[in-house]
Amino acid sequence: MSVVTLDHVTLRIGTRKVLADVSFNIEAGEFIGVLGPNGAGKTTLMRAILGLLGPESGSVKVFGLKPHRGNPVIGYLPQLRTVLPDLRVRGRDFIASSLNGERWGLPSVNQHDRGMIEETLDAVGARDLAARPLSDMSGGERQRLLLAQALIGSPKLLLLDEPLISLDARHQEVVIDVVHKVCRERKITVLFSAHELNQLLGTLDRVLYLGSGQAVLGPVDEVVTAPVLSRLYGTDIQVLRTDGHIFVMSRGRDVERTDHLHDHGHGHGHEHGHEHHH
Amino acid sequence: MFAYEFMTNAFAAAGIVAVVSGLVGYFLVMRGQTFAGHALSHIGFAGATGAGLIGLAPLWGLLAFTLAAGIVMGVLSERISNRDVAIGVVLALALGFGLLFLHYYTSFATQATALLFGNVLAVDHTMIATLAMLGVITLAALAAIMRPLIFASLQPELAEAKGVPLRFVSTAFLAIVALAVSACAQIVGVLLVFTLMVGPPAAAQRVTTGLWSGLFVSALLALAEAWLGLTMAFYTDWPVSFCIALLSALAYFATLSAGTSHAHAAG
Repeated sequence: MSVVTLDHVTLRIGTRKVLADVSFNIEAGEFIGVLGPNGAGKTTLMRAILGLLGPESGSVKVFGLKPHRGNPVIGYLPQLRTVLPDLRVRGRDFIASSLNGERWGLPSVNQHDRGMIEETLDAVGARDLAARPLSDMSGGERQRLLLAQALIGSPKLLLLDEPLISLDARHQEVVIDVVHKVCRERKITVLFSAHELNQLLGTLDRVLYLGSGQAVLGPVDEVVTAPVLSRLYGTDIQVLRTDGHIFVMSRGRDVERTDHLHDHGHGHGHEHGHEHHH
Repeated sequence: MFAYEFMTNAFAAAGIVAVVSGLVGYFLVMRGQTFAGHALSHIGFAGATGAGLIGLAPLWGLLAFTLAAGIVMGVLSERISNRDVAIGVVLALALGFGLLFLHYYTSFATQATALLFGNVLAVDHTMIATLAMLGVITLAALAAIMRPLIFASLQPELAEAKGVPLRFVSTAFLAIVALAVSACAQIVGVLLVFTLMVGPPAAAQRVTTGLWSGLFVSALLALAEAWLGLTMAFYTDWPVSFCIALLSALAYFATLSAGTSHAHAAG
């Protein structure tokens, strides 16, 4: 069954064409690594699947239907930009706020909701974490917590927007392993966007590479090649393969790694929560 | 102290306003919009003096201006309410206008201090009734949007994806803040709304991380500060607003240092 289908889709933000005439089809249960340079449209694509951005032309189908906001079959972990540094809200309350958070009135969590929260917390090993305020968590802990949140309500499709950003290598592996394990058990289709391909190599089924308004979906060996990537990056790209690793280079520089380091500089990092105490 | 009617009136008015401020302020702090709240009160000053100029009670001018400004801030953009420079410029302009209105209505100048720094000891029964009504409306509106407000404050991207109308929620919230600010300014004045709207909730967030406990502590702290401030003023003859501001700051810094030492102890 097709989970996400794009048919000649053009997405535009303001005057900028982010994706132009893109078509692909993601099947149920696939783990898709979404890659590409900054600004290639990874987040935009997810927003289109969520129904937050309509295509200028072409059609987007999610489980055969037009995307709509609040689709309960989609779990979403946005790229984290807006966690206030001093946010002293307990992890469990943070998660609970997302349950039926679109309804009016006073917040309330019933027994059933509570059960669902605890169940997903267990699934990602975050039960103990949830008692602590978000501001005291490391980046890895916070991502585990948010992953639990994205899994509440048994989604069939998980959109993870840069869940590895600002995590060290060890925590990156933990996040990937947890996603992999839970999604395989529950047969969830995953779109996992990332800066670096190598950590995902053992996990992903296919890769969706975005760049220059285009998108190529396929097995790693067919997509991550010099001709395809040169086209997507719009510059001469070499692809080096050494035992189990792939390096995407542009004029001798590692494209993915420099992108990644660049993003680090924007202060997403919260590895040590205590720095916020005064 | 309660033998004086002006004191019982002051306790009633300060009590109503403190609870409303503590509850609304909790979300102001959670959303990181405290400066927007501060700006609304300054804009209210222009409204209050403007109302005096055309012969209306200052409260109505205050209400009209803060409400309008809150709604404009909310509608213009999700993010403008967090833009310190833009807000600061508007805030200063509003104070300037307040001064201009005072200039043209000189007999009103004695009221300026009351507007800026509050005059809770002059509250009468009509004002208490008005404040109570304002408080009920404010809290009812807050209760109506509380759930999506919390969601949108904590995780805007996800809330948007789940169908929360972000702009409407943030606009409605700023309108609620405007009402709370107008009420609060009656007690501590437009310059000191922080003492009841930001101090107590900020302290509460240091003491507890739960939502309901946070709201409860925030309202309780605001109430305690307001009433203790009144008592203190009664026995020392210092201005009420000073006493409340002092207690608010003391409570905040006490929780801050307590939090720090706790964090160090925990390693």
